[in-house]
Amino acid sequence: MANQAVPYNKPLPAMEGLAGEFYGWCKQGELRFQRCKGCGVFRHVPRETCAECNSFDSEWARSTGCGIVYSWTVVERALHPAFTDSTPMAPVVVEMEEGVRLLSEVVDCSPDELEIGMPVQVEFAAVTDEISLPRFRRREAR
Amino acid sequence: MFRDKACIVGVGETGFCRKPGSGVSDLVLQLQAAVNALDDAGLSGREVNGIMPFPNLGSAEELAANLGCENLRFSSTIHMGGAAPVASLQAAAIAVTSGAADCVLIPGGWNGYSGARVRETTSTDVSSIPGGAIARDYYMPHGLTAPPQWYALMARRHMHEYGTTHEHLGAVAVAMRNHAALNPAAFMHGKPLSLDEYLASPMIADPYRLNDCCLETDGGAAVIVTTAERARDLRKRPIHIMGAAAGQPHPADEITNRRDFHQVGLSIAAPEAFHMAGVCHDDVDFAQIYDCFTFEVIQQLEEAGFCKRGEGGSFVENGAIELGGRLPVNTHGGLLSQAHMLGISHIVEAVRQLRGEADARQVENAEIGVVTGWGDFGDGSIAILRR
Repeated sequence: MANQAVPYNKPLPAMEGLAGEFYGWCKQGELRFQRCKGCGVFRHVPRETCAECNSFDSEWARSTGCGIVYSWTVVERALHPAFTDSTPMAPVVVEMEEGVRLLSEVVDCSPDELEIGMPVQVEFAAVTDEISLPRFRRREAR
Repeated sequence: MFRDKACIVGVGETGFCRKPGSGVSDLVLQLQAAVNALDDAGLSGREVNGIMPFPNLGSAEELAANLGCENLRFSSTIHMGGAAPVASLQAAAIAVTSGAADCVLIPGGWNGYSGARVRETTSTDVSSIPGGAIARDYYMPHGLTAPPQWYALMARRHMHEYGTTHEHLGAVAVAMRNHAALNPAAFMHGKPLSLDEYLASPMIADPYRLNDCCLETDGGAAVIVTTAERARDLRKRPIHIMGAAAGQPHPADEITNRRDFHQVGLSIAAPEAFHMAGVCHDDVDFAQIYDCFTFEVIQQLEEAGFCKRGEGGSFVENGAIELGGRLPVNTHGGLLSQAHMLGISHIVEAVRQLRGEADARQVENAEIGVVTGWGDFGDGSIAILRR
């Protein structure tokens, strides 16, 4: 848990609109993606309509939380001042079992241990009282 | 379509610098480049009645007021970041061949070093890129904040799937620097780079090292497009637009969820442009490829069809993209070693090559050249030009 004496100073999502809904589920410890009620296709990032069938009807369907590492970069030199003390750090693209990909981090793994295809499982980090970010931890393949 | 009916008739640039900065505004840099382009064409500002400003870099109204464009009747901005200038060539060709305008100015110029830096604006100004709110909500909280980091995700995946190597990226950096050695106007003129020096340069966003990243510089560049008919009476040999197209990946505003992770705007645009031009890749004498980062050159060579996907790494090896090689790329030094003029200098260099004005870096008997643009999360544009 973050040290409450030091305010969290990194960029945060705007808790409004569809992003607010996505992170609202994260706050409850649940990773959910929109699933189209018309054609059943999952999507991320959240959108107003389904790009497959243009339906406006969707539901927030719970993810298994399981995915694999799809790609990443290792930020050695921070280009945003809030991350200056966090390098090296690795923003990671995770491909979820539902087929969508999301940008996150793998917390129990140094950047040089990352491998494409590495199985990972979601967890949540309450970085402020209002906002929890989805992050990942290594898991056994199944 | 507009094949060969529109021409580039004027090109202009300012000098390029970093410290202490240009000392003038973004607007003045654009005006200086525009005046140089008008002079190159033998035109006055009064004859310009179309302007296509670069995204977020000033208005057509302001440019027209300064240049004396008394009959401005076409103005438009293509919101494709660094792909905008070449996409604007397409739009300008459509405009002049349809009669919407007679003479279109495509200006650009900025204090890219001494003013606000892209690494900052992509983080602080959500409106600076089309995917800005998505980046804010889904990328930046995890430390993905700036262009080299976005594109490194593509490069990493390409390395995994196709065996592209750090040495392949280095070959691009070295080629651009070797070309800058032949271009006195290039910021990196007289500063050679070996592959060993490249490999020893500090990592910024793996796999991108310092020398994989384009320069940030102050300066301006501009081009002028008119009809082939009008072009005959002007000062310089007209350069014909044989084909031009622009395209966007899907989705364009989000970089991680493309069904085909390697598809970019150029993948869609390049076949259109080659079809319109009626030429094949073997007919092309040089290519000026938007080189924001080294891997984007490899990726665009593949997606433009100069080689198959996955073969771009070996395509750039052994000097093949240097002068004298199978396809000289960025003979001016590009964004990596000349200056970052938003992609407009790639058009300027293509015109100079086709006019035979490229001095020590002239591609012998250059008849047909390609120029591309790349912007935002992989928007793309391409033009095929002939003398």
